Amino acid sequence: MNLTLKVWRQAGPESEGGIHTYQVDGVSEDMSFLEMLDILNEQLNEQGEEPVAFDHDCREGICGSCSLMIDGYAHGPEVTTTCQLHMRSFSDGQTITIEPWRAEAFPVVKDLVVDRGAFDRIIQAGGYISANTGSAPEANSVPAQRDKAMRAFNVATCIGCGACVAACPNGSASLFLGAKITHLGELPQGQPERNQRVLGMTAQHDEEGFGGCTNIGECTAACPKGIPLDVISQLNKDYRTALRAKS
Amino acid sequence: MATTTRSPAKAKAAQAKKAKSPRTTILLKLTMAVSGLIFIGYVLAHMYGNLKAFAGPESFNGYAEHLRELGEPLLPHEGFLWIARAVLLLSLVVHVASAIVLWRRAGKARPVKYVVTKNRNSSFSSHWMRWGGITILLFLIWHLLNFSFGKVNVKTGETGSAAGDPYTVMVQSFEVWWLTAIYLVAMVALALHLHHGTWSAAQTLGLTGTAKARRTAKAAGGVLAVVVAGGFALIPLSVLLGIIEK
Repeated sequence: MNLTLKVWRQAGPESEGGIHTYQVDGVSEDMSFLEMLDILNEQLNEQGEEPVAFDHDCREGICGSCSLMIDGYAHGPEVTTTCQLHMRSFSDGQTITIEPWRAEAFPVVKDLVVDRGAFDRIIQAGGYISANTGSAPEANSVPAQRDKAMRAFNVATCIGCGACVAACPNGSASLFLGAKITHLGELPQGQPERNQRVLGMTAQHDEEGFGGCTNIGECTAACPKGIPLDVISQLNKDYRTALRAKS
Repeated sequence: MATTTRSPAKAKAAQAKKAKSPRTTILLKLTMAVSGLIFIGYVLAHMYGNLKAFAGPESFNGYAEHLRELGEPLLPHEGFLWIARAVLLLSLVVHVASAIVLWRRAGKARPVKYVVTKNRNSSFSSHWMRWGGITILLFLIWHLLNFSFGKVNVKTGETGSAAGDPYTVMVQSFEVWWLTAIYLVAMVALALHLHHGTWSAAQTLGLTGTAKARRTAKAAGGVLAVVVAGGFALIPLSVLLGIIEK
């Protein structure tokens, strides 16, 4: 496959960026999207040009490092992570536009790399449970209802990649927030801090500069882990409950 | 989870960014949802009143008069009407104000736009909430001038009590083609707003925790859009087709 790539290049956080066009030839359709970018970078290296910076780590769809807005879709045209996207999803001769996640809360570090530390600070604001250290407690001493445990497990698959924010026209992280709230809120261990968790995390979400949710569902359609939209309903419900308990 | 290493100085600055704003986006959304539900109740009642036009002038004018007498003698004359107006005005102010704040926050949340963007899933109506809302607001101002406070009979040019009884003003107004066109455009905007707004309000109120509840909320949005906008549109269309006449 021969491809034309339009890639966002930006030297640093404060630098002016722009779209650069590159030609990449001899791409196999069995390559992953990131392997195709590796080819581009080898090519750039040979030409003495600065390679394109992009985030990646496990390359098996579980770490949440890779990002990329590919032709207007977060993680590309398939619903998966960019590392699990293969070149057979594209056609020979295609022009592909590659951009970083765009959000005030995700500043560009370099080229296609953005700083997703805002997600960590949201977690720090309540996305945890407090437990005493020491020997591990007996697993069956705290019973968890099966369907609640299943729901918690399903939403705990969120890898914090930020595709929900990237796909949202409002730049909202409500799906991420909802996944974390639902994950801990469905389990007995999450109950003691449930109210302060939702208040703290929501306040931090807004403080980081993420926008509000308009319930249009672009986030869940882009989510590589298929986190459903009902976690946002859960978030809103928990928030309402916490406000009532506070007053 | 994915993170990028940042310089210690920058990390410290971010840590200092402690949350403080009490007016969170969720609180603003809740305000919009509750005021929106008040509007849904109102448009349903308003549409019901309008359909009295099919029962003739006495029924239609009688209903208008009845609204002024509602709650008497517990309430003074027009008392109920003024309470309703106050509630609606308050709802309108908080609904619009919250929308403006949220719109601005959404704009600030993505200062650099994408070169290429595509939608995967979102409905047509969901993309028209803001501009559609403005359309409805402009229409509302015109509508109040037309039929309520200003009371303008567009056909004869008379205003106030000289314009005629409510039924006369309504029929003669809709005999003017451009006025009918304005109303029909507004009803399209209202239908789109109700289609997404109903579902969105249910979601914001945390009522859509299951797949079944989501389907119900979305269906309710569709039904309300068709019933309300359709019900309102029946009147100008019936005048146009000569089913309702002076």
